[in-house]
Amino acid sequence: MSKNSEFVKFDKVDKSYDGKVLVVKDLNLDISEGEFITMLGPSGSGKTTCLMMLAGFETPTNGEIYLDSNPISNIPPHKRGIGMVFQNYALFPHMTVYENLAFPLKVRKVSKDEIDKKVDKALSMVSLTGFENRMPGQLSGGQQQRVAVARALVFDPAVVLMDEPLGALDKNLRESMQYEIKHIHESIGVTVVYVTHDQGEALTMSNRIAVFNDGKVQQLSSPDKLYEEPVNSFVAEFIGENNTFQGEVSDISNGKCKVKLKEGEIVANPINVKSKGDKTTVSIRPERALINPSQKMDNNYKGKIEEVIYHGDHTRVRLKVLGNSDFILKVPNSSQNIDIKLGNTINISWNSTDARALDPK
Amino acid sequence: MSSETKQILTTDGIPLEVSLKKAEKKNKIKAFLLVAPLLLFLIITYIFPIGEMLFRSVDDRMVTNMLPKTFQAMEKWDGKELPPEEVFEAFYLDYKFLVEKKTFGKLATQLNYEKNGFKSILKKLQRKMKKFEQGNYKEQIMNVHKRWANVEYWRAIKRRAPDITYSKYLKAMDMYENEDGKISQVSEDRRVHRILWLRTLEIAFFVTILCFLMAYPIAHLLATLPMKYSNLLMICVLLPFWTSLLVRTASWMILLQQQGIVNDFFVWIGLVGEENRPEMMYNKTGTYVAMTQILLPFMVLPLYSVMKTISPSLMRAGKSLGGTPFVAFWKVYFPLTIPGIGAGCLLVFILAIGYYITPALVGGASGTLISNQIAFHMKSTLDWSFASAMGLMLLTGVLVIYWIYNKLVGVDNIKLG
Repeated sequence: MSKNSEFVKFDKVDKSYDGKVLVVKDLNLDISEGEFITMLGPSGSGKTTCLMMLAGFETPTNGEIYLDSNPISNIPPHKRGIGMVFQNYALFPHMTVYENLAFPLKVRKVSKDEIDKKVDKALSMVSLTGFENRMPGQLSGGQQQRVAVARALVFDPAVVLMDEPLGALDKNLRESMQYEIKHIHESIGVTVVYVTHDQGEALTMSNRIAVFNDGKVQQLSSPDKLYEEPVNSFVAEFIGENNTFQGEVSDISNGKCKVKLKEGEIVANPINVKSKGDKTTVSIRPERALINPSQKMDNNYKGKIEEVIYHGDHTRVRLKVLGNSDFILKVPNSSQNIDIKLGNTINISWNSTDARALDPK
Repeated sequence: MSSETKQILTTDGIPLEVSLKKAEKKNKIKAFLLVAPLLLFLIITYIFPIGEMLFRSVDDRMVTNMLPKTFQAMEKWDGKELPPEEVFEAFYLDYKFLVEKKTFGKLATQLNYEKNGFKSILKKLQRKMKKFEQGNYKEQIMNVHKRWANVEYWRAIKRRAPDITYSKYLKAMDMYENEDGKISQVSEDRRVHRILWLRTLEIAFFVTILCFLMAYPIAHLLATLPMKYSNLLMICVLLPFWTSLLVRTASWMILLQQQGIVNDFFVWIGLVGEENRPEMMYNKTGTYVAMTQILLPFMVLPLYSVMKTISPSLMRAGKSLGGTPFVAFWKVYFPLTIPGIGAGCLLVFILAIGYYITPALVGGASGTLISNQIAFHMKSTLDWSFASAMGLMLLTGVLVIYWIYNKLVGVDNIKLG
């Protein structure tokens, strides 16, 4: 069975609530069958609106959404067969766990035996067997979360939407739930569209991530590409940590460019700059800049240590380099780096391929 | 093991429980003193009047005290035939004393409650009594009026002998204790109270239903509309609260009368002819319309407060899981509003069952309730004990409803806001 690469398709979708501001602008997005895709973005970026349009609680102002090649804009939510996990779980407080899970099956007129079987299976999937007769109010946050996931999956929907489902959990629980949801996805192969503003969550769980900002998808790619190769300064800024230099391209040739800063000049990888004179923001990940590297690199500078923050497994060092006093370095905690002391001057280097010259901010 | 069974001591060696009680004592006294004024207020204004009402409804010492000798003489009388001479003599002496003290009018009123016709024969007796001779009072009294020779009137007097009576309660149920001490119904043309009780229950019930049907969508709108609209709607709901009850009822009188606005409108749209404008006032219709409107906020507010707490994502969840909008409403939303429905219905029903001003003004003859009857006996006939008895029956009815409600829904589930 070949997987449909356009299982869910957003085709030129616009959305406006008040007729003045577009919350979603010209969204084109293909989601393939069995994929775990995350919509990531700051609040107000339009990601939840996209999810609501897919679920059927909002209608696109323009454009069409296709599910398995069928346009769904005119299909009411209850006929779409899309499972959904809500931000605050939305478990029915007056029903037991069993009744909550049986609800989608009962409205589909599934026989009692079948319901029992499916509920059993769904509960064992989220390791909550034996909780059938509890009320949601008697469960902890993590357990409620699992029930919500089980309820969204129990009727075997083709697509499951998750709207910041882990937002209300504490950090440890959130992390373990991330793995749990990821494993459930892997084992049953359902298509998942996940919305979050937590980049760590997005990077851990997804096959692909769509970074939203200002109603538009800024970048759609796999987690590693997103982190390593951000296509613009918003993505670079939003995902992970980032050292930036503002400057102007002074020379561009052979896949390299020279960027003139206020103090000094660096060699960078031209991504969003075309020609000499373009304004640019150069982005370098903190772990890509090294102290006294063994191999030769094409950017070598001296920096003065302004702050040292101990983080256990690594130490964060704030340097003043090329006039930028917010340059962060991540130094692994090993015995080699003894000369990291406040006020010391050290040599740092990076490869020009890791210094990405993006659009100016 | 032994350490567990041993009494736990504080560091000073005092048993922990004693120490805890001592520490809490001050707080308890403080708390009590804080609520004491309210408690006192409740006792004076609520518990005491109700107790007084209960007492008044069964208290029957007035007649007992007025005719002490008569009742003493009557103890031996079996009540089958006319009482012997001693009873007549005792009655003569008691009544003479009352006439001298000029309080015989009260006796006439009281005995007349018991049996119609006492007033005139007692008056006549008072006039003729001045010429009575010593001895053979039985014959002399019977000569005053033929009713004095009717054994039923003497039985009626005897019935008032005990200090305590429940005859008022029987009367409120259109029953009485007949000559043989059996409880039986009054003649059909005089059964007015039972009709009133049933009508009160019926109107309270249907007003509750009508209020519920109207309030549910309003409360839902209030809970789901955006703030700027819902505030306006809330003001519309609460506006009647800021207007006097009397004014609101009077405005219904203007609207509902035969030449009123509503009738004009019906004629204008051709629903009814000019000649046969329906009567919407001074009957049940008027009572229904006005009471429903006046009691509506009491249903809207508890419903609103419950609906406000229901997350909109629950309905969405219901729909996304495959429930049609109706199924999502019926299986998810509606069950969650039951505490509000319970509170609202209980509130409206209890208020409706004792409603007074509105039915009195727009109810006419066929739209008055038991409370109007109570007021009638308080103000016009001055039979306060009868009014008290009916009031207590009403109170008991409300308590019974509360009890049933508690069994069915559970009072803990009520949410008033």
